Amino acid sequence: MALLGQYLVNGIMLGTIYALVAVGFTLFFGVLDVIKFSHGDVLMVGAFAGFTAAMAVAAVGISNPVLQLAASVVFALSVTAALGAAIAKWLILPLKHAPRMNILLVTLMLGTALREAVRLFYPDGSNPKAFPALLPTSALTLGDFTLRADSAILVAAGISVIVGLHLLINRTRLGLAIRAVAQDEETARTMGINYALVVLVTFALGSGIAAVAGVMNGLYYNEVNFGMGLLLGLIGFSAAIIGGLGNLYGAILGGFLFAMLQMLGAVAMPFASAYKDVFAFAVVIALMAWKPTGLIPERASERV
Amino acid sequence: MHTILRFGVGAMLSAALAAAPMAGASAKDKVKVAFIGPLSGGNASIGVGGRNSADLAVKIRNADPKAKYTYELFSQDDECKPNVGVQVATKAASDPKTVAAIAHYCSAVAMSTVDVYHKFGMPMIVWGAVLPDITYGNDYKEIHRVNGTMVNQNEVAADFMTKQGFKTWVILHDTTDYGKGHNAYFSKFLKEKGGNVLATFGVTADQQDFTAELTKAKELKPDVIYFGGLTPLGVRIRQQMDKLGIKAQFEGVSGIVSAAFIEGLDPKLAEGILAFREGAPVEKLPGGKYFMEQYDKAKYDQGPDAYGAFSFAATTLVLDAIEAVGPNRKKVTEYLSKVQNKDSITGPISFDDHGQNTVAAITKYVIQDGKWVLWEDSEYAAGKRKLAGK
Repeated sequence: MALLGQYLVNGIMLGTIYALVAVGFTLFFGVLDVIKFSHGDVLMVGAFAGFTAAMAVAAVGISNPVLQLAASVVFALSVTAALGAAIAKWLILPLKHAPRMNILLVTLMLGTALREAVRLFYPDGSNPKAFPALLPTSALTLGDFTLRADSAILVAAGISVIVGLHLLINRTRLGLAIRAVAQDEETARTMGINYALVVLVTFALGSGIAAVAGVMNGLYYNEVNFGMGLLLGLIGFSAAIIGGLGNLYGAILGGFLFAMLQMLGAVAMPFASAYKDVFAFAVVIALMAWKPTGLIPERASERV
Repeated sequence: MHTILRFGVGAMLSAALAAAPMAGASAKDKVKVAFIGPLSGGNASIGVGGRNSADLAVKIRNADPKAKYTYELFSQDDECKPNVGVQVATKAASDPKTVAAIAHYCSAVAMSTVDVYHKFGMPMIVWGAVLPDITYGNDYKEIHRVNGTMVNQNEVAADFMTKQGFKTWVILHDTTDYGKGHNAYFSKFLKEKGGNVLATFGVTADQQDFTAELTKAKELKPDVIYFGGLTPLGVRIRQQMDKLGIKAQFEGVSGIVSAAFIEGLDPKLAEGILAFREGAPVEKLPGGKYFMEQYDKAKYDQGPDAYGAFSFAATTLVLDAIEAVGPNRKKVTEYLSKVQNKDSITGPISFDDHGQNTVAAITKYVIQDGKWVLWEDSEYAAGKRKLAGK
């Protein structure tokens, strides 16, 4: 029983990270009907930005972990938000009327460029970096069940970001504008909504959330490396697809579902745990065959 | 001013040219040898240590007035990835001026490049990879190895661990040939010694999250978690063991015996970790003192790490071969296959039919106060400190 709880906690931790990545995919698809394949690598850039900020703050002699963490998150958020908006402004909006395939390709290539740029130009970038442990490591142990404070804080932070996003989309004027653009671009324009601005803000928002996922990932595994965005991006994309691309709640559901599938593949299946990703992706394929529009299909009126 | 300077340089140049035939120094032919290892990525500290040691061997030879050639080290990064390894091995082997290679720490890379060296007829000496099949899995006469294989290392490990009173194991290994090899040999020897393997998990070589495997392991309550793989994964697994509150003893293989492994971990987590490696530690080697003196003198920005001495010995052997028979790949290969009881800083080298050096000594290591310490010299062996669960 205690172990079941342990698996559940592990799964929730992973699921939160996946959900944060998936939310970005679904936001971009919602407003512009585009798939931004560089999302995972934007996340990686965010994680490196966070790492750099934490190191820089430590280098000037501030060893307070709270300040380090705050600097890390703020810097990571600003860098990726700017990067996301820049990608939207100079790559995606100009290609809006080009075939969809072009945007897919352009962002795919951009992702590779970002990845290689960090590898080549970040000092010693091809080596994994040890992300400092900035959260308290005290643990709560109940028999076989161990819950560390840092994991609990990360999950809480991740869930509050998701809740915050939900409130932003549903309760604010900005959210209203985003929903309006998602639903019908033409009409939104005629209603006086600044279309380009809404798109840029949405991309900044989605990318910023990816940065949060990147920093969380760094704090949880105490490591960042230039290739971390590749698999995370793919998993986030799959999660958004099985949840129903364009639907916020679907993306969150998809993220947690994928984490649970990985757990299941590693623990409950009669084959080597190295195949857990094979198992999880195979189930995703089966789910897509069963429900091509995702578990919670995007409804025109509810498109985020 | 300019003319004077130019004149000065010109005069010096012509003087040097005139002096050259008499001095003989610049008249030597240039010969290239390749060094290949992981210079970036999680195993870079081992790779750079090996590269520096090979570089040191070349520098020492170049400084020797009796040497017949001037040597140049062509160093390449295999990133510990088989596909990259094949590319750089092909690059080195297809250059006719490069006579021989001192190559590979990662077994999975070496397994895929041995065919390249064979195809190009380039003599190669492995300086760090430990999978037996690299030398024994083929009949290529070009392939040699100065360090030992993982067979002996796991036999000693199984024997030692059971004698320490450990009874049950959970094995994690990466699913490359390297990790699988460790798992196979360790499981085999452990069974002979009466140890009990509760579960075995194969994990991918770039896996990030091990909580599922480790939670399962926690449920089984083993005395020891054995990890067959390299440093980056070893660091992650040890960290996540702590996150899940697993108190079992952590036992690694030669793949984690590196400075980077300790640097990657909190000192508290590194303390008391065991690992086994073939060959004696540098300070106990016959030529260890000489090697370390020379290495320190050269002022590299990083130490030789666990396999530097082997790299130095392999490079020196290659240079000796070229001195003896000339920069000819075929002749160097022939020379190497006849090497018997040849002195080196790692002790006498003798290659068997498969080009494998017959070194038997295995060293047991334990991490104590942030350093890999010889088990026999540690406070753990003296009984002052205790291994996990003891």
